Amino acid sequence: MEWETVIGLEIHVQLATNTKIFSGASTAFGAEPNTQACAVDLALPGTLPVFNDGAQKMAIMFGLAINAEIGKRAVFERKNYFYPDLPKGYQTTQLEAPIVGEGYVDIETEDGERRVRIHHAHLEEDAGKSLHEDFHGQSGIDLNRAGTPLVEIVSEPDMRTSKEAAAYARKIHAIVTNLGICDGNMAEGSMRCDCNVSIRPKGSDTLGTRTELKNINSFRFIERAIDTEVERQIDLIEDGGTVVQETRLYDPDKNETRSMRSKEDANDYRYFPCPDLLPVVVDDAYVEAIRLTLPELPDARKERFISELALSEYDAGVLSAYRNQADYFESVVECCGDAKLAANWVMGELAKNLNAADLSIDNSPVSAEQLGGLLVRIKDNTISGNIAKKVFEIQWNEGGTADEVIEAKGLKQVTDTGAIETMIDEVIANATAQVEQYKAAEPEKRGKMLGFFMGQVMKASGGKANPGAVTGILKSKLDALCD
Amino acid sequence: MSIDRSDVERIAHLARLELNEQDIPAYTENLSSILNLIDEMQQIDTDGVEPLAHPLDAVQRLRADEVTELNQRDKLQAVAPAVEEGLFLVPKVIE
Repeated sequence: MEWETVIGLEIHVQLATNTKIFSGASTAFGAEPNTQACAVDLALPGTLPVFNDGAQKMAIMFGLAINAEIGKRAVFERKNYFYPDLPKGYQTTQLEAPIVGEGYVDIETEDGERRVRIHHAHLEEDAGKSLHEDFHGQSGIDLNRAGTPLVEIVSEPDMRTSKEAAAYARKIHAIVTNLGICDGNMAEGSMRCDCNVSIRPKGSDTLGTRTELKNINSFRFIERAIDTEVERQIDLIEDGGTVVQETRLYDPDKNETRSMRSKEDANDYRYFPCPDLLPVVVDDAYVEAIRLTLPELPDARKERFISELALSEYDAGVLSAYRNQADYFESVVECCGDAKLAANWVMGELAKNLNAADLSIDNSPVSAEQLGGLLVRIKDNTISGNIAKKVFEIQWNEGGTADEVIEAKGLKQVTDTGAIETMIDEVIANATAQVEQYKAAEPEKRGKMLGFFMGQVMKASGGKANPGAVTGILKSKLDALCD
Repeated sequence: MSIDRSDVERIAHLARLELNEQDIPAYTENLSSILNLIDEMQQIDTDGVEPLAHPLDAVQRLRADEVTELNQRDKLQAVAPAVEEGLFLVPKVIE
């Protein structure tokens, strides 16, 4: 039987606020355990939550970016369960009246653009962390993360392949990082993804029983976890079994999913409106003021890169996806005035070096201005593309402007035809065998043989001869010998 | 609507409450009578009435996103039964 996969995603996005959603404790990553957990986060008796305006603004920014209705009267509820990294015994969240209503995003798929509907997005608080290493048979609890504001983005089950699910997650990532409401660092847990996966016979319009794959923290794992789970469900059903609704954990090392616990009924969480928090009311003026602060979003930026800078669809897509990379790219274009050249360098040499050093573009040792200055010197023929790579490497390791490096290392391109001619004459005089072969070759095959001589001349010039000039002079000199 | 002993036991478990065996019949009866009262209230026509989220007719005041709570770990952990390396220690909770 042919099966269809149905996927919905719940994405938790940690908001980049300075403080917790209900307390004035810092949310900075990487602090010593429990140094950013105040009395409210610890749920000490007598403490009360006070809602963070910054978290509300960021949630509304997200809502506006996905064309959603903003909840003008949002209500916080308590979701009750017991776990030591949740000291209050409940998570404060939104259920009936979330801050962000229905919206949508468009994703690129192999079959063209596809719309994924978003059911809603709500504000809630993150839990702390449990460390199960050896504390004499006990668990250690760090509550620094407890109370960090999250937006949970719940999609409709609109995705049909693992690739679409990953494309959707990438899109959400691009939106929240462009808005500046999340740092997007998946390895540090700033964005976490739960995938609801079910299968059904192709053509059926009823949903199969779903399983929930928890806490997947990379785009690649989204694809692999879903593929693995779909395979498991198909095998199960084709062997006469049934899928049980449950939470499963993806193990990237073994590439398998395994049962975590059977999903509690929603009733078991005994949701009720939080008596400690009043309804949150926002008016149109508040929302419109936020709308004015929205930066250009990835889709709009991509379109502009195509229409104004004449980039290819692919280049525009890559360069617009991350705000910092897009900003960097635009600064380089501003310096050098050549978008295509800037795109090639940002996506090529720069990306390669950043990846190798495991650095983000914000921490690039070569600034956009430094790179822009380098590209200017390629364009005005001061240096060739190959020498530029050498200059870039020196800038990367030692700093400096392109002009300083070119000057200090004497890398300026030789365009003086007299000097080039002398070098060519020498090369030809020392390569009698190759010259004879060249003369003996069919005229149409000589072009290929030019490479050897080119290499020798470039070597003799230390890479500094202008390749265009060398080709021209070399060809006319060799052809003159053939006549 | 009435509930039975197993409902009471389940609710108590979800709330992590320990009940004395001999108190269960009384709880069952009390909770059933509360539910009966709710049944009665359900018969009121509430069409067009918005559910009440909070008994106070007021809206939430917001806090500016500025750090006001600094590290007080030593004081806060002074009342904890067990700490180590800055962590609160609790009975092992791995599922």
